[in-house]
Amino acid sequence: MAFSRKDLEIDPAQVTDQLVARMRKVIGQRFHKRGVVLGISGGVDSSVCLALSVRAFGPRHVVALALPESDSDPESAVLARKLARQFDVEFIVEDITPALAGFGTYRRRDEAIKRVFPEYDPTYKAKIVLPGNLMEKETLNVFYLTIISPEGEEKTKRLPLREYLQIVAASNFKQRSRMAMLYYHAERLNYGVVGTGNKDEHEQGFFVKWGDGGADIKPIAHLFKTQVYQLAEYLDIPEEIRSRPPTTDTYSAESTQEEFFFRVPFEVGDLVWLGMEKNVPVEEIAAAAGITPEQVERIQKDIKRKLRFAEYLKASPVHFDD
Amino acid sequence: MDEIKQKVRDYLVENFLFGDTEATLEDDQSLIDSGVIDSTGVLELITFLETEFGIAVEDDEVLPENLDSINNIAAYIERKKKE
Repeated sequence: MAFSRKDLEIDPAQVTDQLVARMRKVIGQRFHKRGVVLGISGGVDSSVCLALSVRAFGPRHVVALALPESDSDPESAVLARKLARQFDVEFIVEDITPALAGFGTYRRRDEAIKRVFPEYDPTYKAKIVLPGNLMEKETLNVFYLTIISPEGEEKTKRLPLREYLQIVAASNFKQRSRMAMLYYHAERLNYGVVGTGNKDEHEQGFFVKWGDGGADIKPIAHLFKTQVYQLAEYLDIPEEIRSRPPTTDTYSAESTQEEFFFRVPFEVGDLVWLGMEKNVPVEEIAAAAGITPEQVERIQKDIKRKLRFAEYLKASPVHFDD
Repeated sequence: MDEIKQKVRDYLVENFLFGDTEATLEDDQSLIDSGVIDSTGVLELITFLETEFGIAVEDDEVLPENLDSINNIAAYIERKKKE
């Protein structure tokens, strides 16, 4: 049978049962924890992880945290609260803004932004984006800073290295602070922490080392985003969460995951990636995805580069005792 | 052209290979695919080229055909200097 979108389909009932059994085994028997804690953002990944956790451990053994800060989309916490109510789990809101201010997150980030755009001040919004759509041209992954004035005027400049690194390093305090708060609650309850990243994020390195990458189990890290959506429908995740575009919810200006990191819609990227894993000829992948073979090759090259450079993010500390 | 290639080679060895002159670095080797530089490395390389050779790398010139091997970089700099 020719390669097609059907190759991305999973049996959500079977996958759910398998994941639930394994989550119980690891959390209960291997780690000897009494339940789990996870951060929920109103996004589809954390929602699916919450649903899986409740099936695995029961609502009395799951605690859901919303971890907003001053740049967060307020809709995230609203959707998170609704979801927690739907699944009948304890829901705690921990605003990490004071912690981030203590780290100098916003000051350090804004200092770097001002070096690029001297007119920038905290009334502006800002985000980092990658060049255009990867399907149209084979530009390399260099980063652009967009600022938006209170009047809505947008300006974009390519980021010099020092400023790019400082902005990302400062922003990464957010994910690392969330990890610290999740482990506080997990440890006071003797629970484990569920990481909520999917395969696209985990394998391509779209996470912060020891930030959202820091967790005890990652039940969907082997599933393509497309497959996470299939699970979401099966697990009764509300339509308003399933239809929300994946966001970074990190920068003050709204930024989709596509413009910040992946550069192609996940519906296309996942199919091209799966085809690459299965050694499907480029022409066949192109036909299945409705794009040209040249576009397939461009996307695959980009994925391969990201997979390679994600090794650093995924690596545990290296020992030199062998 | 040879002088440009040598300057680029010296920069890459010093900054991305910790000065290891024994490391393999062919003129036509893809720097990205061989793992010598990553996306932050590309930004670093651009800064070096602009400073060292007095050129301005335009946004639409950030392409593998201009930056992804010593040969490509040298040819790109030659073209830019003629502008």
